[in-house]
Amino acid sequence: MTAPTVISLRGATKQFGGLVAVDNVSFDVREHQVLGLIGPNGSGKSTTLNLISGALPATDGDITLRGGTITGLPAREIARKGVSRTFQLVRLLPSMNVLENVMAGAVFGHRRRWGASAERHALQVLEKIGMADKAKASVGQLTYIDTKRVELARALSGETEVLLLDEWLAGLNPTELTEGIDLIHQLRDEGRTIILVEHVMDAIRSLCDTCVVMSSGKKIAEGSTDDVLSDPEVIRAYLGDDDA
Amino acid sequence: MNMKKGDWKNLGWGAALLAFAALLPLTGDGYLISLGVSIAMYVVLATSWALFSGPTHYISLATAAFFGVGTYVMGSGIEYISYWALLPIAGLIGGLIAALVGLATLRLSGVYFVIFTLGLAEMTRQAVTWYQNQTGHKGTYVLTDLTDPDIYWQLLVLAGLVFLLGWAIGRSKLGFALRIIGDDEDVARHVGINTALSKVALFVVSGATAAIVGAMIAPRFIYIEPATAFTPMLSFQVVIMALLGGTGRLWGPLVGVIPFTLLWEAISSSFPNQTTLLLGLSFLAIVYLLPGGFVGLYDRLKGRAARRSAMA
Repeated sequence: MTAPTVISLRGATKQFGGLVAVDNVSFDVREHQVLGLIGPNGSGKSTTLNLISGALPATDGDITLRGGTITGLPAREIARKGVSRTFQLVRLLPSMNVLENVMAGAVFGHRRRWGASAERHALQVLEKIGMADKAKASVGQLTYIDTKRVELARALSGETEVLLLDEWLAGLNPTELTEGIDLIHQLRDEGRTIILVEHVMDAIRSLCDTCVVMSSGKKIAEGSTDDVLSDPEVIRAYLGDDDA
Repeated sequence: MNMKKGDWKNLGWGAALLAFAALLPLTGDGYLISLGVSIAMYVVLATSWALFSGPTHYISLATAAFFGVGTYVMGSGIEYISYWALLPIAGLIGGLIAALVGLATLRLSGVYFVIFTLGLAEMTRQAVTWYQNQTGHKGTYVLTDLTDPDIYWQLLVLAGLVFLLGWAIGRSKLGFALRIIGDDEDVARHVGINTALSKVALFVVSGATAAIVGAMIAPRFIYIEPATAFTPMLSFQVVIMALLGGTGRLWGPLVGVIPFTLLWEAISSSFPNQTTLLLGLSFLAIVYLLPGGFVGLYDRLKGRAARRSAMA
């Protein structure tokens, strides 16, 4: 028995003038699946994520969430329908403390709460990611991995259906990386549906059920993580022709 | 809405201050009362301006446009409709214009928005002048039996309402949404906030308020013409006063308005040609010395005191 499809891309295309950043890309993400979106730099992974989250409008193609079309909807409506994300460069709300940052997701996200209930829920999420003790800290005082945690908590606190992580593990030192991978593992074990754009190979191997590989805007491979990573064409895309 | 103990205390303080301010006309001193009218007027304008511009960081120079529209609503309607009906009508028209302007321009980023709002005031002024030239009117008379104390009390009531509204917004989802928008509009969109609608809502509040103030002040002008009703200086003064006080707190603009108005009054009576110099110097002082206004200064001092007591 297969789980129902949550996110589905059909021929998603994004053009910037003459440059086709995402070229006719199609794939499905099923419930409880962790899908890795990988490929060399500039291959269109982040742009694909931006099309799903509504940060950029697609030039062509269809994106659906549980069968309903979300192509062309503004980011705020896609967020309300249950897609939330973190950003490639961490974006926190500098004038607010940690708790308020997380509440932003709880108040306006997919499942909306307000007042004491939003605060309680935000605290629970902070507890889960191990930051309850820093709820009142200002975001300027946080270490790098903690800023990433807060952003993740904000994305989770709206009880989102799909989580989009844009290089969430990038820039972490080796100790932090282990913590980070454990944290995503924990989310995976909870049965969340996650699409992650990632470069860290260890993370991809241990976290992703399936991978979609992109190169120059096109999807060049799709399948279980092990199969995809040993595919000669994928290796060629990453390392060039000589090493394949 | 659940009220905390501190909320009741603040509310009590606000009411007491307002009641105390309402005693001013009892002095019978015409100069003091007229100064009071100016201060009350700028408190309302600067506070409502900061409700929108404070959290969003959009600098609006449209105050004069809304104020002038309110003045003209009063000027053209007073012969036909009662004064009291014209106040809400001025507010409605001001709010409507703000909604239209907001929907058209709040997608613009910072600088373009500033220029547009400045242009809006000028355009409205030119439109009214053109209309008057076409119809042969040169100005409009607003004749009422309202005295300075009446106008002063009306402005105080309006100030009270603006503070109440600002306090309610600050505790609402809308207020939270605006703070998020002010911090990072992209994040706001991605957590599910309707950023355009939130900004327009607050712009409407400040536009409607400025129009009501214009309508209230019109009887004081007696004779209104475009140059006085739409003076761009008003927009700049409101911005400077609000920034001088600081937009981080509801009471910020208030503590900017009072010293600025007194200083402005002193300078314009002794050195009438140097008022713009004051405006320029205040702006420099804010930028270099008081980046968060008096509110920012207060917060910094409080933070320093807290750190000192933590270390001791």
